[in-house]
Amino acid sequence: MKRFAALLRRELRGFFGSPLVYFVAAVFLALSGYYFYTDLNAFITFGFGDSIVEHLWQRLFNDIVRVVLTVIPLVTMRVYAEEKHLGTIELLYTSPLRDGEILAAKYLACMCVFLVLLGSTVLYPAMIYYIQPFDLSQLKAIYLGLFMLVSTMVLIGIFVSSLTRTQLIAAMFTYGVVLLLWNLSWNEAALPTDLLGVISQLCAYDHFEPFARGVVELKHMAYFAALSLLMVFGTLRSMESRQWRGRR
Amino acid sequence: MINADHLSKNYGPVRAVDDISFDIVAGDIVGLLGPNGSGKTTIMRMLTGFFAPTAGTCSVAGVDLVEDSLGARRHIGYLPENIALYPDMNVRGYLTFAARTRDYGGNVKQRVDDVMEECGLAHMARRTIGKMSKGYRQRVGIAQAIVHEPKVLILDEPTVGLDPRQIVEIRSLIGELAGRSTVLLSTHILPEVSATCRRVLILDEGRLVAEDTAEGLTKKTVGKREAVLRLRADAAEAARVLEAVDGVESVELTGTASDGTVSLLVTAAQATDLVPALVREISERGWPLYEATPRVMSLEELFVKILEDGEGR
Repeated sequence: MKRFAALLRRELRGFFGSPLVYFVAAVFLALSGYYFYTDLNAFITFGFGDSIVEHLWQRLFNDIVRVVLTVIPLVTMRVYAEEKHLGTIELLYTSPLRDGEILAAKYLACMCVFLVLLGSTVLYPAMIYYIQPFDLSQLKAIYLGLFMLVSTMVLIGIFVSSLTRTQLIAAMFTYGVVLLLWNLSWNEAALPTDLLGVISQLCAYDHFEPFARGVVELKHMAYFAALSLLMVFGTLRSMESRQWRGRR
Repeated sequence: MINADHLSKNYGPVRAVDDISFDIVAGDIVGLLGPNGSGKTTIMRMLTGFFAPTAGTCSVAGVDLVEDSLGARRHIGYLPENIALYPDMNVRGYLTFAARTRDYGGNVKQRVDDVMEECGLAHMARRTIGKMSKGYRQRVGIAQAIVHEPKVLILDEPTVGLDPRQIVEIRSLIGELAGRSTVLLSTHILPEVSATCRRVLILDEGRLVAEDTAEGLTKKTVGKREAVLRLRADAAEAARVLEAVDGVESVELTGTASDGTVSLLVTAAQATDLVPALVREISERGWPLYEATPRVMSLEELFVKILEDGEGR
C-alpha cells in the first residue's frame, strides 16, 4: 500500500507540478463557464415549458462534454510517452512493482485531474439550486455518466500513450479515436439502416445521451465498462511488449 | 548471489545474448566487459527483471527472476545506462520515492539522509534533479540504486559521460559499496575493470568469451614479458649488447628523444622478469639509465587478443 501511495504521489506530481494542467484547467473552466452563461441565457429567453431545468442540464452537459473530450488527450498523452522518452520507465519496470500497479497509479492520477475539472462544474447547478431548489436525480445520472465517459476515454488515452514515446503523437491519435467514437453515428442519414444499429451501439454519444436525460441503464454502463476493460487489457499487453521488443 | 544459467535473449531474429552462464558469489565485484552491442545491457535487463530471457534462467539472492520477478527485484539496486531521473523532483523527494516503491522496511527518512550523506548529496537535498550536473545526477542514480539496501547492485556503465575527476569519485563510491553488496558492473573501458573489479566476464557478440580474475587473465594469456628501457647510449650498440643478455629474445628501438636518450622494448623468450638482468648489464657499461619497467600486457591489448582468438576459432 505504501509503495502504491508513493507511486500515486509521483504521478500526481507529474500533473500538478507542471504548468500544463493549470492551462488546461483555465481553458476548461472558461469554456464551461461560457457555456453555462449562454445556455442559461438561451433557456431564460426561449426555453419556456414544464422542464426548463432538465433541458438546461442536458444541453449544458452535452456542451461541457465537448470541452472535456478536447482536454482528455492533453492530460493522458504524457502518461507513458513521457516516461518512455525520458527513460524513467526503466526504473519503474525494474522496481518491485506490478505492471497493474503502475497502470492503476497512472489512471488514478489522470482521474484526479478530471475530478478537479468536473468537480468545479458542480458550481453551476449549485447556483441554480441556491436560488430555486430542484430535483437532483437527473444531475446524479449526468455525473455518473460523465464519470464513466471520462474514465473510458482516459483509459483510451493511456493505452495510446503506452504505444509511443512521442507525446504529440499520443495526443493526436487519442483525439482521432475519442472524436470518432463520440461522432460515430452523428450522420444517421449517411449510414445504411442495417448498419445503423451496430454503429450506434459502438458510439459513445449514444450511450452518454441517456445519462444526460437522467436515465441510468445497465446496458449503457456495460458499454463503458467493456470498453474500459479492453483498454486496460491493451495497455497491460503494451507494457509487456518490452519482453519481445527489447526496449522500454 | 547472482546466477545465470544458459541465458539467451532473442530480439526477433537477432540473438543478443547467446547461452551465457556465470555465478557471482556474495560480496564479489564483477565487471562485464565488452564492446558496444556485445549484450551487456541485455544481460543486465534480464537480471533486473526488465524482461525475461528467451531461454535459460537467472536468479538473484536465490530468487528466480522468471518465477518470482517481483520478489527478486526487491533485492536489486539498478543503475541503468544513461540513467533517467524525474527532472521535476528534488533529490530527497526522488530518493524517498525510490525507497518506498521498493518496499524499504526501515525508517525511510533516516535512510534517505544516510544515503545522501554517503553519496555526497547532503547539501543538494532540495535541488531539482533537472538542474543538476551530470556528475551529481549520476550520484543520485547510485543513491537510488542503494537506498533500499539491496543485496545486489547492477550498474550499467556507471562512469560513462563523466569527467575524469567524477570518474575517480564514482569509482571510489562503488568500491565502498562492494563491501556490503554484490556488485555487477558493465563497461567498455578496460581500465575501469582493473580499477574497480575483482573478476571480469568478457563478452563479445552476446557470447561469454572469457571469465577470470583480472590478474589470472593476464597470467593465462601473456606468454611473454616485456621490459621498457630508456637510456643514453648508441641505439645500435645498446641493442646488440642487450640482445646478448640471457633470456632476451629481441630488442626493439621504439623511440629516440631530443635529449639524446633512446627507448627500447626488450622481449623475453619466456615469462621471466628481465629487468634486474638488464639493469645489471647497463650499469656495467656505465650507460645512464632513466627508465626500466616491466611491461605487463594491458587489459586492453589482452581484450583485443581474446577477441581475435575468438574470431579465429
